[in-house]
Formats: sequence, structure tokens, C-alpha cells
Amino acid sequence: MFQYIFKRLLLMIPTLIGAAILIFFVLRLIPGDVCELRLAGSGLYADPEQIKLCRDNLGLNDPILVQFWDFIFGFLTFDMGESMWTGRAITYEIGLRFQLSLQVAVMATLVAIFIAIPLGTISAVKQNTWIDYFVRAFSIAGIAMPSFWLGIIIILGLLISTQAMFGEPWMPPIQYVSPFEDLWANLSQLIWPAVATGYRYSAVATRMTRSALLEVLREDYIRTARAKGLVEKLIINRHALKNSLLPVVTVIGIEFAFLMGGLVVTEQVFNLNGLGKLFVESVLNQDFTLTQALVMVVVTVFVFTNFLVDICYAWLDPRIRYA
Amino acid sequence: MAVTTEAELEELATKASWYDKLKVFMRQQPLGAIGGGIVLLMVLMALFADFLAPYDPELNAFEFMLVAPSWEFILGTDQFGRDLLSRIVYGARTALFVGFTSAFIGSFIGLVLGVGSAYFGGKIDLIFQRVMDIFMAFPLIIMALAVVAIFGTGIQNVIIAITIPFIPRCARVVRSTALSIREIPYIDAARALGYSHIRIILRHMVPNVMAPFLIMITAFVGQAILLEASLSYLGLGVQEPTPAWGLMLQGGAEEYAESAPWVAVWPGVAISLAVFGFNLFGDAIRDVLDPRLRSQ
Amino acid sequence: MKYAALKYATAFAVGTVMAVGMSATPTKAASDEKPKMGGVLNFVVGSKIPSYDGHVETTFGMVHPIRPFYSLLIRVNPNNPSSPTDFVCDVCEGDVPAGADGGKTFTFKIRKDIKFHDGTPLSAKDVVATFKKIIFPPEGVASSRKAFFKMVESVEATDDYTVEFKLKFASGAFIPAVATPFNFIYSKKDLDEKGYTWHRKNINGTGPFRFVQHQPGSFVEGKKYENYHFKGQPYLDGFKAISAPKMALRLQAIRGDRAAIEFRGFPPKARDDLVKALGDKVTVQESDWNCVLMVTPNQKKKPFDDVRVRKALTLAVDRWGGSKYLSKIAIVKTVGGVVFPQHPLAANKDELVKLAGYGTDIKASRAEARRLLKEAGQEGMSFTLNNRGVDQPYKVVGTWLIDQWKKVGMNVTQQVNPSPVFYDILRKKKNFDVSIDFNCQSVINPIADVTKFLGSAGNNYGQYDDPVLEGIYDKLSRAESVEEQRKYMREYETRALSDQAHLGVTLWWYKINPHRSYVKGWKIAPSHYLNQSLDNIWLDK
Repeated sequence: MFQYIFKRLLLMIPTLIGAAILIFFVLRLIPGDVCELRLAGSGLYADPEQIKLCRDNLGLNDPILVQFWDFIFGFLTFDMGESMWTGRAITYEIGLRFQLSLQVAVMATLVAIFIAIPLGTISAVKQNTWIDYFVRAFSIAGIAMPSFWLGIIIILGLLISTQAMFGEPWMPPIQYVSPFEDLWANLSQLIWPAVATGYRYSAVATRMTRSALLEVLREDYIRTARAKGLVEKLIINRHALKNSLLPVVTVIGIEFAFLMGGLVVTEQVFNLNGLGKLFVESVLNQDFTLTQALVMVVVTVFVFTNFLVDICYAWLDPRIRYA
Repeated sequence: MAVTTEAELEELATKASWYDKLKVFMRQQPLGAIGGGIVLLMVLMALFADFLAPYDPELNAFEFMLVAPSWEFILGTDQFGRDLLSRIVYGARTALFVGFTSAFIGSFIGLVLGVGSAYFGGKIDLIFQRVMDIFMAFPLIIMALAVVAIFGTGIQNVIIAITIPFIPRCARVVRSTALSIREIPYIDAARALGYSHIRIILRHMVPNVMAPFLIMITAFVGQAILLEASLSYLGLGVQEPTPAWGLMLQGGAEEYAESAPWVAVWPGVAISLAVFGFNLFGDAIRDVLDPRLRSQ
Repeated sequence: MKYAALKYATAFAVGTVMAVGMSATPTKAASDEKPKMGGVLNFVVGSKIPSYDGHVETTFGMVHPIRPFYSLLIRVNPNNPSSPTDFVCDVCEGDVPAGADGGKTFTFKIRKDIKFHDGTPLSAKDVVATFKKIIFPPEGVASSRKAFFKMVESVEATDDYTVEFKLKFASGAFIPAVATPFNFIYSKKDLDEKGYTWHRKNINGTGPFRFVQHQPGSFVEGKKYENYHFKGQPYLDGFKAISAPKMALRLQAIRGDRAAIEFRGFPPKARDDLVKALGDKVTVQESDWNCVLMVTPNQKKKPFDDVRVRKALTLAVDRWGGSKYLSKIAIVKTVGGVVFPQHPLAANKDELVKLAGYGTDIKASRAEARRLLKEAGQEGMSFTLNNRGVDQPYKVVGTWLIDQWKKVGMNVTQQVNPSPVFYDILRKKKNFDVSIDFNCQSVINPIADVTKFLGSAGNNYGQYDDPVLEGIYDKLSRAESVEEQRKYMREYETRALSDQAHLGVTLWWYKINPHRSYVKGWKIAPSHYLNQSLDNIWLDK
């Protein structure tokens, strides 16, 4: 087992290095740079001398390999450097957003679980009935609606309905408050994006619950339980559900990794100051150092989640270890 | 799947008449049939856009700005006085073009790479796997953002942006199926007979991975349509004045969601329905083609 | 390049002559209500803060949240911000000085009762250190508006409370340049002890508000500075500048009262929605805006080297019709030439209609355009329009232009690019057919701003060389009376926009600021950079 874990760990290294090389050179291929944008972006008179100075100061005029070495060396020593746009430490910039992204990801995952497991179970138990069809249609609708569209409808719906009910329009707060400071304000902001995202991500988990449960329901021991005359409800809850959860948990785990770095659009709609918004801004600002760091963080989270999933499977199914 | 269903599927496979097959499919997969209906409708809309659209979708007519749905403009007009129905109909063409092109190219490259990697195995497979890992690790939308930032916007670049992330996803699924086929003795036999690599791959391995491949394509088309809409929302997608659903939402949905809700509603409905249709249809195809895959 | 910068500087010179000539008449503070004290102003900002250093940055994303922490030497009159020529003292005393010694010496008396937020008293030394950093930055120190001060020879403190600027040549460029809202007064002590980059991440000013905190990407918070040098001000207890990059969200924020105001501007429909939803709880202020989008044909590329083709481009555009309809969906409205429409130097309607593309009979214009295209052998020509990936007003105007051009048989594809790519094509690669370009300045100064149309200007991307136009500009910049300036300005305008059609001016922007009615005291300015110290705002709650 330890040998397997070690081997799996080693395999992460080339992926990370490859990702670092890819993102570094991809960014350098994008035309223009942060200085041009910063000094000339708003249409005021821009002094070419100043743009050159800005490039010098940020090291953008250094040879490309020197820049690359700085990046790799920084990454290896956990020193990500400073954002080219704000000049602040990247660890600070990311840390600030991490809390919010983590909270939304956790909340959205909870919402997804609360939707997926009951719906998936009902759907499996009532397989090929109209209830099953309805549940499946409902969960697929979640993937089908563009998330920004759903977001706009939620906010506008809140504004219009609260004005109709209370006379004054209400909308969720637009700035983040830590849950330890003011739990109510925090939740009233984050619950909406969490529901919108959770609903969306529940679709895959619902389908997984359904098919995993269907599989288990055909197993011998369930037939035995039925033959013993156990109540159907008990069979489902006690035996079947428990045994079909593993693949569901895996799916949710992988989705979670995506949520941490992938809420790009939803964060825009709800004005959440999270990693996704930071990413879009850093790309649009041509903030190379920050973009690189963010991609590396997202990739690392993803690779590590995959690693954990693999280890879990290997632990459960010894055959994998020797494959 | 219930025993009766399997029997019926058996029946489905042996029966000759496509009409009977269709009937069985509709009875067994009512959701899939609905999805298929939506897809068919879209395809028809895209093919016959020139006949169906009452107006030129790109024609500005400022006298008719933001007209509510009426007999003259069945779905209303947008901020440039362009007929929304015409834009939705032509938008189906854009959506399907982006959707199918990127799904086909992406899955085809994925298919070639996946099968090749599984066939050759060893070091090639290991290196290839790591490369795919790298691409997989980049979240889809981030990958697309980078491509658009480099090549600029425009329909062909949107297709590239959407295609790239599909490749590793398809390659991975195809590879794992192909790996199991590789172990089957007849591949060894073919090799012993001295057949070329290309021939073995094309004649013996590719046909056997077609089921997951087809399933993948249907899933990708829906995803591609949605991705195009998201890219347009971020201002990186198809550009004005091309009629495209995501683009219609981006400019209109935010500004006119309240004062002229039809501008925001119809393209949103069109996108949702299309993705919904492709997903339902894809699920049904998955069930029919390969019952084992349901659990993946 | 140097030539262009010098021109830019001399241009300002004439500006002041005119400023005096126009003799601004400050309107008295519009509201007779007595300001109420207290309250916190929440406002939304659609752009981001790169650093806090005003001397380096150029974005309103920095001005809106950071400007309230600082003072300027002089500023646009906060009670009369719509006047392009009304400047008043901020940390100086009395009236804005007129130039002595033939306009070559400006002496500012500094107020004695001003303290920085850290308690250090402000003296002439601080003002001098600030302007030395802006005008004569040491090697390697960035200063974005250094070129504005080309005419300055020296800046010295003659005593603790007197600052004297000596100019190389008389230049009215000087006063508007000093009033630029980016020239925050820093403390000499900070510059000496903490270095020239300290102000990027730290704040210590003499403005009406003290810095409390900044959560990057989220908000900036300020609280009232009790020792502010305008006694009784600020009226607010504090402010919070909340970052919200999506326009729809900024609008909803005002509607849901998460924010009271946004200082940049909203599209017309957004205003209508707010008014409809909130009635008299929302007040709308509107103004012409010192920004304009231009069509720039690349004259190094065929067929745009042919003046007939360029002329057809501008003739095809129905500006008067566009003004009527486009102003309902975009933040553009006013038909104008090369000069900000409200300015005395701007062309009036009679003068405008004589220019190609400004005629009121659009059918005749388009027939002429078709004729020119035919003559040039370019009927049904196709080209690509390079545009910036920003909705308002770039993409809206771009889509409108394409339709206008279609009406004379041109087949145009729009290539909308993210800002960095857009700039790269416009400024570095210069391989576009036709590009959208824009001019957007803070303090209005037509004679300086119109250098944009000179082929030799650093911010002109049309790639042409027009000695005749340069010649007219030389005369314009030397003209002394307003009449003479107007005459040359018309000549310049006709040459640039009509005879040669180097650039095509579209519609001037129109600033619409709907805000919660309880926000009082703030007056709209013709630029989103101006009048942002917030010291005269109060809340009627």
C-alpha cells in the first residue's frame, strides 16, 4: 500500500511541472501586457517612456528564460512573488479570496448532497415511473440553464418580489462578511450562489445515486433481505443506500475540486470576491504572476483530489494496487 | 435494468423496421424521445433558418427598438430593433455549428489519442497519460479563457477554445475501454499476422470503442453550447452582430432583464432547452447502446 | 515623439489664455438646504485598484476610492464642476494665481492650518516634494503625467508656506495640469523616510477622509478626518467604496440600496429601470462626457490610403439619427466634432453640418459615399473592425457602425478583442484595417486634446503624415484670441474630419448618474475623474 501511495505521489510531479510550463508559456503568447493596460487602459494620454519603465520594474523586459526560472524557483520555494497589478504578495491576494471560495464550495456541496441523495433514491426506487422521469428532468434542467442566467433571475426576482411584499426592494449583500463576524449577513449573501451552484452540481450526483442504487438493489443480499420480509423502506435506508454511496462520494469529491477553482461565472453574477473572480481579473489584467499562481493552486488541488480518490479506491480494491 | 427491458432491447436490436425501433425507443425512453424531439427541432431550425426567419437577423431598425412580442414580431425585438425570432432561429445554426464542430473534432482527436495510447502502451502511454493529466487539471473554462485570450475572439477561435478541453476527457474514457480490448487475444492474433499498427487500430480497436465515443459526443454537444454561452457572457465568445444565443443574453439579459424581459428570456430558454434536449437524448442513447455504462 | 509631447505642452498654454477669456462664472451652491451631518456613503466602483499611488495610476478605479484621502494643490470647483475652466484652491489660499512675469511664474500661498492624517503639519515643502516627484522623478521612479509638465523649469519653496513654479515658457497648460485629480499631495517626510514606492500600498494624506481598511477586490473604507482644512466638512462620517465589476450588479445594488451611487455612469435603460422602480427615491444627473470613440482607418493599408474610401466611411454614418436612437441604448448622445461639445471652441450645428458625414440629409450623404466608393473601385468592400470587448459603449457603437456601413454596401466583420489584445493590435502590431479608438480626458482642454488628430501624436494610430494639418495646428496653438482660436479650430476640424477624413468622430459620450435621492451635494462633472473628494456630499436620511 505504501509503495502504491509513493508511486502515485511521484506521478503528481510531472503533471505539476508540465502545468507550470504550459501556463507560463501560454501567458507569454497572449499579446499585450499589464503595463500597457494599466497606464493606457482608460484612454488618458500615455507616456511610452513610462510604459517602458513599468515593464523594466516588473521584469517584463528580462529574457524569457530568466522570467521562467524566477517563476519555477519561486514555486518550488513556496514564494509566489507579488501580483503585477497590485504589487501585493500573491499569497495575501489568494488567501483573502480562499476563505470565501471554500465556504461557497462547501455550502454548494451540501446543497448538492441534500438534493441528490433523496432525489436519486426516489428515482431509483420508482424506476421508470413518471416520478423517475420528473426527477431526472428536474436534475438535468439544472445543468441546462446557464448559471449566469439563473443568477440574474434570482437577484431580479428577489428585488421585485421583496418590493412587492415589503415596499422596499431587498437584495443580498454585495460584500463579504466573515461568518465568524456576522453569520446572518454572511449567509444572506452566500446562500443564493450556493443554491444556484448546488442545484447545478446535484445533477451528476443525482444520476450517480440513482444508477449506483439500482445496481445494489439487484445484488443478492438485497433479494435476501426482501425474502426475509423486511420493510422496503428499511432495506433501502439500511442496506442499499449505504452500500451505493462510495461512487457518489467520489463524484462529489471531484466536483468539489472543480468548485474551488471553477466558479468563474457565478462569482461574477453575485459579485463574490472569490478565486474565480480573481482569476478572470488577473487574466484580463495580464497579471502574469497572479494568473500563474492561481492556475498552479487550482491544478494542485485537482491533482491532489484525484490522488486521494485513487488512494481510496486502492484501499478498497486491492487489485488496483498491483495493476 | 429490468428483465423485460433487456428483452425489449434485444428485440430492438433484431427488429428490422426503423419505425418499430423508434416506437420501442419512445416507450422505453420517453425522456430520451422528448430530448430527441428537441434536438430534431433544433436541427430543422438550423437547416431551414433562411426560410423560417421572418427578417434579416442582423438588420438594425431603430424605429422598432425593444418592441414587445406582437404579431409583427412574434418574440419581440432587441435594443437594435432586430427581430428576436429571426435571431433565435439563426442562433440555432451558430449553436449547432459550434456544438457539433467542437464535439466532433474534440472527440475525434481524443479517440485517436486514446486508442493509440492504449494500443502502444508502455512509456508512450505513461507520457501521454501525464500530458492528458495536465490538460484535465485545467478547469474547462480556464482553458477556454486562455485560448480566447491568445487567438482572440470569433467563432473559429471559440470552437478551438471549446475543443481543447474535450480532447483529454474523451481520450481518457476511450483509452480505458481500449485497454480492456487490447488484452483480448484477437488483437495479439492480428499482430502475429503482421498487420500494421494503423490497420489494427482502425480495423480492430476503433470499432470496439464506438459506443462510449458516441455517448461522449452527445454529451459534448450540450456542454459546448453551454460553454459558448458562458464565454459570451464573459465577453470572450462569438461577436456581434452574429446571431448567437449566448451573445444575445450577454448584451441584452443584464440591461433589459426588467424593462424588456423578452430580450433576456427567449435566448435563455433556447439555450436551456437545447442543452436539456441533448442531455436527455444522450442519456437515452447511453442506456440503449451500453447498459453497463450507466454507472460511469 | 518628443515633438508630440512638446505640442501637448504648448497646447495647454493657450488653454489658460482662453480660460481667462471665458471668465467662468461660478454658480452659487445649488441647494439651499442646510447639510445634515453624519452617515456613511456606500458607492459602487466598476473598476479595480492597481495601487494607491495617484502619481502612477490612470484608472478611475483608483480615483473613486482613494481620492477622498488626499488633497490637491488646486481642484475643479466642487460646486461648479461642469465648468471646464473654474478652478479653486485646495491646500492653497485665496484665488488660483494668475501667472506673473509674463505668465512664467506662479506663486501659491499654502494654508497654515493643514495637518496630514498622521499629525504632521503640511507646509510648502510637502507640496514641492510632491510636484518634484511628479515632474522630475528620479531615474526609475514612475510618474504617469510627467509629460503634462514639460513647461516647468523648477518648483521651489521660497518660505515655509509659499510655493513657486518657474516655467520655461508661458503656458496655460500649467493650471489645468496642476488641477489634474491624480496629483495627490504627499508628505515630504513619508517620501524621504519611506521612499518613493511607499504610497503604492500605504496612504497618508490631508483629504477629508482617513483610510480605515482595504479588502482587495471587495471594498475600501474611509472615515471622517476631524481636522480637515475646510471647516465643517466633510459632512459624512465615512464612506465605503465597494468593488462591483458587473454593470447589472451595480445597478441592482443601488436599487436594493446596498449602494447609494455610482460615479462613472449608467446606460439610459438602466436609468429608466431605476426611476420606474424607485420613483422619487432616485435622482438623475446627466451631462455631456469628455470622452469620444473614434473610427481610425489604417492608412498604411489599402484601400484606406485612399481619401475617397475614408470619406465614404464617415459619410455612411448617420450621426443625427444615431444620436436620437443610440442614446436610448448606449452612453453616447451628442453629435460633435473634434472639441468637447459644451466648450466655446466647439463647432455649433451650422458649422457641423458642413462636415462630411454630419449632413442632415443622410440619403444624400450615403449616395455620395456610394459614388466615392465606386470611383475608388471599392464597391462592396469588406474589412474588419477592431473593437474593444467592453459593452458600453464600444460594442454597441461598433454594432451600430457596422449596420451604417452595410447601408452603403460595405461588408464589415467586427473583431471584438479583450482589452490587452485590442491595445496590442492598435498600438504595437498596427495591422488592423479599421479600429475603434478613444479619447477620454479628465480636465477639459480642447487645444491639448485635439493633438490626438495629428499623425505625429503619440496616441494617434492612423499611421499618416499630414503636414498641412500640422501647420494649421501650429497656428491654432499660437492663436491668442478666442475668435482666432475658433477660426483655426474650424480649419483644423474640417481638414482632419472632412477633407482628409483621417479619423471619424462618432458620438460624444453622455454621462448618466442616477443615485439615491438622499445623496445630496454631489454635482455631476463632465468627466468621471473629476469632483471626487466627497467632502461636500451629505446624506438626507
